Amino acid sequence: MSRIGYSLLYICLGLVAVFQIFPILWLFMFSLKTNQEIFAGSPFALPLEPKWENYLKVFDGGIATYFWNSIWITVVATVLTILIASMATFAITRMKWKLSGLVLGLIMVGLMIPIHSALIPLYNMFLNVNLIDNPLSIVLTYITYNLPITVMILLGFYTTIPREIEEAAIIDGSSIHRLFFRIILPISAPIMSTTVIINMIYNWNEFVFVNTFISSEKYKTLTVGIQNFIGQYMTDWGAIGATLVISVLPIIIAFLFFSNKIMEGITASAVKG
Amino acid sequence: MNIVNKVMSNKWIITLYTLPALLLIIVLIVVPLILSGYFGLMNWDGIGAMEFIGLDNYIVALQDTKFWQSAMHSFLLALFSALSLIAYLAVALILASKIKGANLFRKIYLIPMLLSSVAIAQLWIKVYNPSNGMLNSILMTLGVNNPPAWLADPNIVLYAIFVPIIWQYAGFYILIYYAALKNIPDSLIEAAKIDGATPLQIALKIKIPLIMNVFKVTIVLAIVGSLKYFDLIYVMTGGGPNGASEVMASYMYKLAFSSYDFGYGSAIGFLLLIITLIVTVIVRKVTATKEEIEY
Repeated sequence: MSRIGYSLLYICLGLVAVFQIFPILWLFMFSLKTNQEIFAGSPFALPLEPKWENYLKVFDGGIATYFWNSIWITVVATVLTILIASMATFAITRMKWKLSGLVLGLIMVGLMIPIHSALIPLYNMFLNVNLIDNPLSIVLTYITYNLPITVMILLGFYTTIPREIEEAAIIDGSSIHRLFFRIILPISAPIMSTTVIINMIYNWNEFVFVNTFISSEKYKTLTVGIQNFIGQYMTDWGAIGATLVISVLPIIIAFLFFSNKIMEGITASAVKG
Repeated sequence: MNIVNKVMSNKWIITLYTLPALLLIIVLIVVPLILSGYFGLMNWDGIGAMEFIGLDNYIVALQDTKFWQSAMHSFLLALFSALSLIAYLAVALILASKIKGANLFRKIYLIPMLLSSVAIAQLWIKVYNPSNGMLNSILMTLGVNNPPAWLADPNIVLYAIFVPIIWQYAGFYILIYYAALKNIPDSLIEAAKIDGATPLQIALKIKIPLIMNVFKVTIVLAIVGSLKYFDLIYVMTGGGPNGASEVMASYMYKLAFSSYDFGYGSAIGFLLLIITLIVTVIVRKVTATKEEIEY
């Protein structure tokens, strides 16, 4: 292709890149500015001198609680989702029983349904068992609603495990639990890491369940917590910017380190759907 | 081998391994979906006693202009999302045509998709801020005197919200198309080049037909995803001003958790489920492949 043609293509790609990245850069910049700088200056200007006080203000306001809740809920839900999904996928793909197809179909129901259709009954059920405003309701719903996608990603790998591995283990006298925990789980580590990433991103960013089931500040996660913060800072743009940066930074840092794995996970979660 | 078969069909083990997943799915997904239809038959504020009123809620919903307005907005979003797939495909075609730095571009495009909808919504509230937002600052620098108050104007608010939604998902679809395009064997493209095909011909006649199956999957994803879209709209405008950016899910949420009309809210939630399922079936039917393309 001609040189001009190539340059035009690069300009197209570059414009898309600017559109995608500039709002985020702008956010980082105004999180370090004073209101005067933001309101009077150009949106392209770098901060005159970075106002780290904005971040201190947000930490003093108590964002750490939300941050910690996001971390532990994300980790606990992710670990349990992957364990439960792996066990189910193992039984469905490797063991011999008549209803395996039906059970798989039932799990896959969760892939397409709008969660809002289940929201009122879920709220009512949790209310009846005293789990409203209890983080357990969040962990349970995160596990359940991420099971279908997790099973779907695991499925492809589990069907390719050679029969010989199981046969050898069982003839050697291994129990089925040993086979699953000591052999199958370790060899599925690469695909498990893909599901870990997908689960972590989903759980870290989840909003509706927390917003509906949790009312105490001490249990709120970042997505809902930053709503309060921003409401309370109203016109203090620097503090709002700092709040948003703190909430997105872990994901962006994770992306810098694991971008290939993350892209793989996102592709896997979509194409098989 | 007998012992292997015996161990691998142990009913207790099968039950033990599938029960946790099955219980969670049934109790927290299947039962609530059915209950949603059932609650829809009730007059109920969520706390007091339920009163059975038959199909009244569903009949009211069918005549509720606010519900139809929100459904129209959801379908408009679905249409926009589906059409924007063509642009994403074009970008992916450029990226996949042996561009240097393609990997970096693809990563940059994906970043917004990783952020929470709440953070994206809050960021774009600032971008759209009438006096100090990024967009109007740029427009005023360019000499536009009275740039619109994007989120306060009922005539443009819906389209203003579509932009961050596209911003959020563009990288996701570009990534999927790029991965599919990279799966096409080089030999095919080389053969076409030797036969004298131009890059445009190769894209239209070879590449796009070969990734048509992936494209069809993304059409379903985009349309169904749009119909149940909620987070970003709820945070940015709450469906306002005056319902101008209301979608089905945000309308349902408002009925249930602001007006405490759990009966009617459940009916709307159940209709959302039915509409989503019907549209899924239709889109799948329309895009069904008659023959698998082999390469």
